[in-house]
Amino acid sequence: MIYADNAATTKMSGAAINAMLNCMEETWGNPSSLYGLGQRAKDALEEARERLAACIGASPKEITFTSGGSEADNQAIRSAAALGARKGKRHIVSTAFEHHAVLHALKKLESEGFEVELLPVGKLGTVTAQQVAEAIREDTALVTIMYANNEIGSVLPISQIGAVCRARGVLFHTDAVQAAGHLSIDVNAQSIDLLSLSAHKFHGPKGVGVLYARQGIPLSSLIEGGAQERGKRAGTENVPAIVGMAAALEEACAHMDENTAKVSALRDRLIAGLSQIPYASLNGDPVNRLPGNVSFCFEGVEGESLLLLLDDRGICASSGSACTSGSLDPSHVLLSIGRPHEVAHGSLRLSLCDENTEADVEAILNAVPEIVGYLRGISPLWKDKLSGKREFVL
Amino acid sequence: MALYSEKVMDHFRNPRNVGMIEDADGVGEAGNAVCGDIMKIYLKIEDGIVSDVKFETFGCGSAIASSSMATELIKGKPLPEVLKLTNKAVTEALDGLPAHKLHCSVLAEEAIRAAVKDYCDRQGIAYDPEAFPDCGSCEGCHG
Repeated sequence: MIYADNAATTKMSGAAINAMLNCMEETWGNPSSLYGLGQRAKDALEEARERLAACIGASPKEITFTSGGSEADNQAIRSAAALGARKGKRHIVSTAFEHHAVLHALKKLESEGFEVELLPVGKLGTVTAQQVAEAIREDTALVTIMYANNEIGSVLPISQIGAVCRARGVLFHTDAVQAAGHLSIDVNAQSIDLLSLSAHKFHGPKGVGVLYARQGIPLSSLIEGGAQERGKRAGTENVPAIVGMAAALEEACAHMDENTAKVSALRDRLIAGLSQIPYASLNGDPVNRLPGNVSFCFEGVEGESLLLLLDDRGICASSGSACTSGSLDPSHVLLSIGRPHEVAHGSLRLSLCDENTEADVEAILNAVPEIVGYLRGISPLWKDKLSGKREFVL
Repeated sequence: MALYSEKVMDHFRNPRNVGMIEDADGVGEAGNAVCGDIMKIYLKIEDGIVSDVKFETFGCGSAIASSSMATELIKGKPLPEVLKLTNKAVTEALDGLPAHKLHCSVLAEEAIRAAVKDYCDRQGIAYDPEAFPDCGSCEGCHG
């Protein structure tokens, strides 16, 4: 099997599995318990907090554990909105191609009287600090912009955007779910006030994540109950997962440079190879790009068929076609960069990690052109384009 | 549980009657590129019977499988019977489709009806227009 869907989830690292197993066997107590077993669990929890904080240049008390990226995004946005509302600020700036965890949280705030401004991301799929500066108003409560896009791989100018927000005194949240463990993060140097990350995107376990909130920013809790996480996130801590997450992020950060070099070389070979297919086009910023992301649209084919035939050859990938999303529209991300519906249905995302090999790349480069060719061969849409009855879009 | 039944995957992987008929007696198309699926059906009619049928489809796995199954179901059948083909029959023959994929079987029914209508138009055969409603049942495009 060739796993090329690391943006969906990653295989857990050995370090993360060992850390979790050890925790489940040795420090399985409740961190809120008074006796030794509980206190050892508490120690494991706090040690994980320190290690995770160090990976992003934060201090441990700025780290809140959550059930994952979506919860962290929701809590960050609701907290900033509540703070803004207290000062009469009800304007929020974001982008058109955020993850649904952000977009849907913003939609809900809109129904509660907030004004949400989604910046266009252009053909390249990015926003500039200048765009953000122009959008900020006196009543802006929050700027929330993703670090890197999950579908098309664009990496955004987070440091510059952070600097603009800091200079204007506006809170800045970044959904760093695709960046953590793959791109360097320094919350102070990058002027980040709130940040979300998710363990299973960097070879950690599923169902656990982090919300970083700069000291002094009060969080609103989404879950009421006990006093865990300083009263900001009730529920007994998922200590094994948290410990596994810390081990995974530490390992990813320790090997970031070598992994980036290896993975981006594989990515570039894939991009060069797939670009040879006629009427194929790379999605996302070709320069400022996640090391593992390859995203293409192929004219005249539909993404789900492509994925099923790749699966038959043992290749795991994903698509932004409507048929794979369970909705009737193709990916909002592909539409946001101006891809027409018919082309957005024919998208393919391959996301690599350091475990992928050159042989994987070769196998993918053999399979994709063949399958695209086959599907085009039975596609009336493709035939109409060839005969001039319909126009080519790409 | 896999997304699709074995029968759907069989017809997707090894589609029957795929291709086109140069001198078709009737051609019909359903769906559109915006929705992400287009089906085109080519019919050869001899003595009021479907003597040959081919399809071309742009679409997902269930769209290709529905086209393939639908062509199997009408091959060798007299036209009145062809017009009785329902999307339900296509779905049942495929051992079911996921709920959000049912419109693929509707497209197959519509493409076949459009091809029969095209045949009737070409031959000057009178018919009740109500037997050929405009594409409109697909919620994907009209819902």
